[in-house]
Amino acid sequence: MKLNKTLLALAISTLLITACTDDAVDDSLTDGSQNATSGINDASTNGLNSGSGLNGSGFNGYGSGLNGSDDYASTLGPEFNDPSNPLSKRTVYFMLDSSEIMPDFLPVIAAHAQYLVANPSQKITLEGNADERGSREYNIALGEQRAKSVASKMKVQGVSENQINVVSYGEEKPAAFGNDETAWEKNRRVEIVYQPK
Amino acid sequence: MEIKTIFLSAGIEVDVSFIKRVLLLIVLFGLSITSGFAALTIEITEGVESAVPLAIVPFASQSAPVNISSVVNADLERSGYFKMMAEQSMPSKPSTAAEVNFKDWQSLDQNYMAVGQVVDVGGGRYNVQFQLLDVYKGGQLLGFRMTSSEADLRRTAHHISDLIFEKLTGKKGVFSGRIAYITTNNQGNKKQSHQLQVADADGYNPQTVASSTEPLMSPSWSPDGKKVAYVSFEKKSAAIYVQTLATGERSRVAEFPGINGAPAWSPDGTRLALTLSKDGSPDIYVLNLSTLTVNKLTKNFSIDTEPSWSPDSNSIVFTSDRGGKPQIYMVPSQGGEEKRLTFSGDYNARASFSPDGKSLVMVHGNGNDYRIAVMDMATRSINVLTSGSSDESPSFAPNGTMILFASKKGRTGFLSAVSLDGKMQQKLVFNSGEVREPAWAP
Repeated sequence: MKLNKTLLALAISTLLITACTDDAVDDSLTDGSQNATSGINDASTNGLNSGSGLNGSGFNGYGSGLNGSDDYASTLGPEFNDPSNPLSKRTVYFMLDSSEIMPDFLPVIAAHAQYLVANPSQKITLEGNADERGSREYNIALGEQRAKSVASKMKVQGVSENQINVVSYGEEKPAAFGNDETAWEKNRRVEIVYQPK
Repeated sequence: MEIKTIFLSAGIEVDVSFIKRVLLLIVLFGLSITSGFAALTIEITEGVESAVPLAIVPFASQSAPVNISSVVNADLERSGYFKMMAEQSMPSKPSTAAEVNFKDWQSLDQNYMAVGQVVDVGGGRYNVQFQLLDVYKGGQLLGFRMTSSEADLRRTAHHISDLIFEKLTGKKGVFSGRIAYITTNNQGNKKQSHQLQVADADGYNPQTVASSTEPLMSPSWSPDGKKVAYVSFEKKSAAIYVQTLATGERSRVAEFPGINGAPAWSPDGTRLALTLSKDGSPDIYVLNLSTLTVNKLTKNFSIDTEPSWSPDSNSIVFTSDRGGKPQIYMVPSQGGEEKRLTFSGDYNARASFSPDGKSLVMVHGNGNDYRIAVMDMATRSINVLTSGSSDESPSFAPNGTMILFASKKGRTGFLSAVSLDGKMQQKLVFNSGEVREPAWAP
């Protein structure tokens, strides 16, 4: 009986393992959805086929799929690509459940503020994000608080209100996937996204 | 993929006996061969001692493409109310009451049994007949004959499950209901596709009702089940849409500066409670859907979000971090005094009422674990139902017996349902990538 059980389990697990090889889970931590700056998106809706003939078509192709630059800032000048220049850093990270700016990031925010003051026609979007823990809409609120605390630091340094747009994606656009602090700390962030003029 | 998940989850669940696991695997493997579509797996988190023994005898069938009796069996099993008899243990396979030798089934301690048959009548139509029998009294409790198109066979099976469930428990079945949820697929090139989908309550027959390369969030059903409100970032900022499911028509009902989030339909279907941050911090508002005017309910400097109506429309519960950590508060829906409801645990969020208004389901966090918990409104005691580390987005079944929620393991997001006592947990597995934010249709 014991042997039979083991054989049966073995047979089944072999079956299971062979059955799943074509659908491997991608566990990459870096394959994030960093498409935050990817231009105009499209959305579409469909009617629901209820199985009994109700088959609305709705409207498709809402908007167009224009693809903007993935990283417009890097085209603005060599200082945006020089790792020793704070303008090359365009992500501000946060502690858990906090929207307080950590001292490490003050020079980064100051450098961008200075650039924006010198270039008043340049606009940015501050994209607030959160890690996956907790509820999604609460994380939207948390992401917005983070983006707003970066915004207020910039405004104090003279950046005009109309140069800054704030949006929060909460936990919807993770930079890193994973269920541990390594991933979470990469996701508690505000991205400073320069908008094409 | 589906099958791997079954194996893994069965391996993890310690309370399930070996034999039970193996039987479950065999049953489920058989099931997924016949369907080849989205598949359902069942995790039994704990034995249900009060479950009533019930035998669903495989229906006699020549050629029906859906195994109706196994769909019925799976529905009733995951309700947590019944202890289903394994097919291997059945002494015979009668298909009508007349063929049943009740003594055989009495000696196997079965309380109830169902028998039936599916007859192909040509032209893609099937006659489905079933009888629910009381094993001890030797009599019929229910008997139905229905005709079904091939496309409707699963629906017919769920309808049978509802009839049996209601007859034996006195509660309305929820098996022919629908669920809405959000799913995300990676499209390569760092592009993602987000979809709002509507599926049968067991995850089968998924249909995409909206899709976008930018996030979609927070689906909420209108009380008549005809519309869904949701948040879309398709214009690079948040807006709330109301979409009619049958036609796909939709309208944008909120697009204020900042957050437009967490829509929740009022029980009479005329208003949406929602979160706006147009005045600074996120606050709770009520939007009149015919005039599109908003009435501000909370005016705190902290985060107020995730509103949900009481079934009598008098109150709205919401999440606020005004006390430092997110906790659940309640405010009269016309505005008034805001009261804190939760005091245990360092994180309580996304609360919603049970259909009878007697309890609240919420995300309950302690340390790094976020689980689904139910609070009794009378005693304010909290019962944690799940054991995951990132369980979220709980949604009550319309009959209040089960709660649908989202979990995560690695990059895989999946949906599960748990019975109100936490004793029965089922997992729904979809072919698509990450699945989250389930909302059970009213």
